[in-house]
Amino acid sequence: MKLGGRLLLGLIIGVVAGAVLYTVMRIILGMPAWAANPWPMVALALTTGSIGLLWGIEPSLGLARGLMGMVAGFVVGLLVTYVIRLVLGMDPAWKPEPAWVVGAVLGSLGFLLGVGVMTDWLRWTRGEKTPEQHGPPKGKPAWVRYFGADQNHKVIGVQYTVTGILLLGAAGTFAMIFRTELTNPGMDFLSADLFNTFISIHGIVMIASILMGIGGLMNYLVPLMLGANDMAFPRLNSFGFWVAVPGAILILMALFFGGWNTGWTGYAPLSVRGPLGIDFFMIGVFIFGFSSILGAVNLITTVLTMRAPGMSMFRMPIFVWAALATSLIQLTGTQFIGLSFLMVVLERLFHMGFYEPSLGGKVLLFQHLFWFYSHPAVYIFILPGLGIISELLPVFARKPLFGYKWIALSSMAIAILGFLVWAHHMFTSGMSASLRVPFMYSTMLVAVPTGVKFFSWLGTMWRGKLSFPTPMLFVLTSIAVFLIGGLTGPPLATVPTDLHLHDSYYVVGHFHATMFGGFVFPFFAALYFWFPKITGRMYNERLGKIHWFFQTVGFYTMSLYMMRAGLLGMRRRLVDYDPALGVAGFHHVITMAGWLIFLSVVVGVLNLAWSARRGPVAALNPWESRSPEWLLPSPVPEHNYEEPFEVVGEPYDYGIPDSVYVRMHSEPARAG
Amino acid sequence: MKHGIRVSVIIAVLSAVMIYWARTIQWMPVEASREAQPIDWLFGLHIDVITFLYVLVNGILVYSIIAFRRKKGEEEAVGANFHGHTKLEIFWTVIPLITVLFFAYLGTLVLNDISAAAADEMEVKVTARQWAWSFEYPEAGVKSTELYLPVGRKVKLTMVSQDVIHSFWVPEFRVKMDTVPGITTTLRITPDREGTYKVRCAELCGTAHAAMLGTIRVVSQEEFDQWLQGKQAPTNASELSPEELVTLGESTAQAAGCLACHSVDGSKSVGPTWKGLFGSERTLSDGTKVTADEAYLKESILEPKAKVVEGYPGIMPTNFGETLSELDIQALIAYIRSLK
Repeated sequence: MKLGGRLLLGLIIGVVAGAVLYTVMRIILGMPAWAANPWPMVALALTTGSIGLLWGIEPSLGLARGLMGMVAGFVVGLLVTYVIRLVLGMDPAWKPEPAWVVGAVLGSLGFLLGVGVMTDWLRWTRGEKTPEQHGPPKGKPAWVRYFGADQNHKVIGVQYTVTGILLLGAAGTFAMIFRTELTNPGMDFLSADLFNTFISIHGIVMIASILMGIGGLMNYLVPLMLGANDMAFPRLNSFGFWVAVPGAILILMALFFGGWNTGWTGYAPLSVRGPLGIDFFMIGVFIFGFSSILGAVNLITTVLTMRAPGMSMFRMPIFVWAALATSLIQLTGTQFIGLSFLMVVLERLFHMGFYEPSLGGKVLLFQHLFWFYSHPAVYIFILPGLGIISELLPVFARKPLFGYKWIALSSMAIAILGFLVWAHHMFTSGMSASLRVPFMYSTMLVAVPTGVKFFSWLGTMWRGKLSFPTPMLFVLTSIAVFLIGGLTGPPLATVPTDLHLHDSYYVVGHFHATMFGGFVFPFFAALYFWFPKITGRMYNERLGKIHWFFQTVGFYTMSLYMMRAGLLGMRRRLVDYDPALGVAGFHHVITMAGWLIFLSVVVGVLNLAWSARRGPVAALNPWESRSPEWLLPSPVPEHNYEEPFEVVGEPYDYGIPDSVYVRMHSEPARAG
Repeated sequence: MKHGIRVSVIIAVLSAVMIYWARTIQWMPVEASREAQPIDWLFGLHIDVITFLYVLVNGILVYSIIAFRRKKGEEEAVGANFHGHTKLEIFWTVIPLITVLFFAYLGTLVLNDISAAAADEMEVKVTARQWAWSFEYPEAGVKSTELYLPVGRKVKLTMVSQDVIHSFWVPEFRVKMDTVPGITTTLRITPDREGTYKVRCAELCGTAHAAMLGTIRVVSQEEFDQWLQGKQAPTNASELSPEELVTLGESTAQAAGCLACHSVDGSKSVGPTWKGLFGSERTLSDGTKVTADEAYLKESILEPKAKVVEGYPGIMPTNFGETLSELDIQALIAYIRSLK
């Protein structure tokens, strides 16, 4: 059949199947077959219709099979819960909340089974042996592998990165919706509940996007930098990516189940009382967390065991140190946010009194569990970005990285200190007053390794020969923006000043500066820098600079005005604000700056998307980097290094005559 | 060395100018409590150091971009050859360490200062709920929807929440503290500037969080005593003119948090609008119809769950009988009646 025919067929089958499924479910659950509100049926039919379209494009797409598995899992979950309640004689037998929770869990499992990331493992349990899978599926076009369970770290790296950019777009769109509402005082077009839903989902989808983004960088780059042909556990790697997809889908589904009104932090007891959307949000995060933990196991193993001969820990590219530090946090911290959210869901379903005082719970318990991950999480987000800054500066300064060991160890110091500071989010929470001073001291210490990084970057630039293509411009802005984020931290760490600043727009500005300086700007620097390596083509330099310029101007303006408004008394998470505070003008500016950032990112993404297919073919090593991945052809061959290389020098000895970092066995000398 | 000297001079001059300039900026709202003074002093010190470090890092950054840029004809040139400088690294580890520890020490001093108890402090109980504040003066046995405070006297707020977490923040007083279900939290404030302020809930607490405002009046001791006495011996509604009663009702509606959920202009909100409510026919959630007369309104204030209007969630707090006086309720009804 031709493509057009298959698409049409897939769409029709999908839409009909969705509508029939909906009606049959209603009949089974004892409801009238036709609902007064047609939209749930339309939504389901559109979803199954899109799955049908995907199937029509290419029947073997793992994504399409995964989505079908997810729908099937949901159906099973809803029915099983209904039947159990019916058999136990519970009244009413059809209760939406437990049914949807079980559906969400089984739906995620169905997705993983459908997409095929568990197939090998299930076969192993039956004693079968399965070979590792290399290259695209037999007889299929090469692009098919990006939409299914592929075990190559570069494919998985691209899957992570593209998913991260898609989620960035979604979360940015949510931000623009509520940011536009805030342009003027007064309620303009959003209701309070919708506003709360949008700020909440903006926050958590951005976090998901960042985790995907750093996952992409680490998966793609680390094996190449180490001289390995893949990650230590390719199947686990594939599972680690795909388990995040149903997690993200559940989070987005929360929008259609009443949203949620707690912010991404989900503080109990508000989250115990909120709408059904909170269950979707929290289960989504819980499942997403597996991705972080398993990815971290894989990366740590890879770094510790798969380095090229001669690559001692202090001869690794500096980004690998950052990736290692980040993974250690992910491995040890992620469980806590999962736990804190799981306990909310259990309390909602079974009235287990973890948090509600009326059930014997403790409200502050949630915050301690939550921040024990969610503060170190901030360092998960920024350490890879800071690693990118350290990685790229020597290339564009043409001189060695200043204080390699200090930078490497400062990442580890931040990772460890990060676990000792969580309660600084709770200075006004009513926790024991005697805890405030020790956490003030420990929080202050974070400034020290962070300062080491800044000064070492300046030392790297000092007396270099700087050039300024797009990646370097993004690196420089990263430093300048992260500087704002870093310097505005100590007033928050100091308890007396925090008593004023806490939960104000000052925090919002500070936090966005650390995220943009520590992740968004370095992420784009990395995308532009490794774009020729990944695609074999060059992006458009002029559009790259336009993207950089407007994102820089927009962000600087936005964060400074946010902090200014917060100092004057503007609270966080407000659908409407008091013009008497004198902040209405600031909000005008913040909204315009926000749109500037949004549009500049659109330009950047379009540039990359277009150039990936139509850009000019890139030079082999356009940046004259010494890093080993630039010795390979672009795009990188399936198995990376045909022959292993040996590390014979320091990674960043730019400009030192006759110095060599790696030596291929076949060719004796090739310096950067 | 010439680069080092040049950039040092630039940074010294620029940071002096910038610190001077930053000190002229009014960063904070007006100071209205004694606690605000040491906090603002500490914040000012932070701003000095932030400004200096901002100029330092950006100064070197921008200087490097200009002085060490690759010029025409230098395509193959490379940078200077050095890998680091251990003494410098130790220097910029130790100096920031001392600086932040010093700030933490100052923070401890200020914290002890502003949270210290005073022998003559007055206790006020604060109750937060979705989405309103109420206050109780235990010594005088007075309950109120507005927080009256005598100027210059330290007050100890003992705070509870009836539902979810809220946070007591008056930006002009600088300090804030959450109200947490299940525990009692404490906050000490010494207002030192007469005027009207607002307590703004600083912890996202659900739908009408943005509108969770309470009124604070800092008044002279005499005025405070007068107000307290007036509260102890409440005025009779009949002593007020109809206009005075409506005005009182309007301020009560504001202070008790009614307007967080009920609009007065006909727009839809969490609860039914008050505009045109009095005398209209209401359809209840069980389908019956009632006329919104005085008795109905009073019942709906005191026992909101008794008659819930169709299409509304019926989530209004049920304890207004404890915080509103008979006069307050009469005034509220008069106010609703005036909204035609």
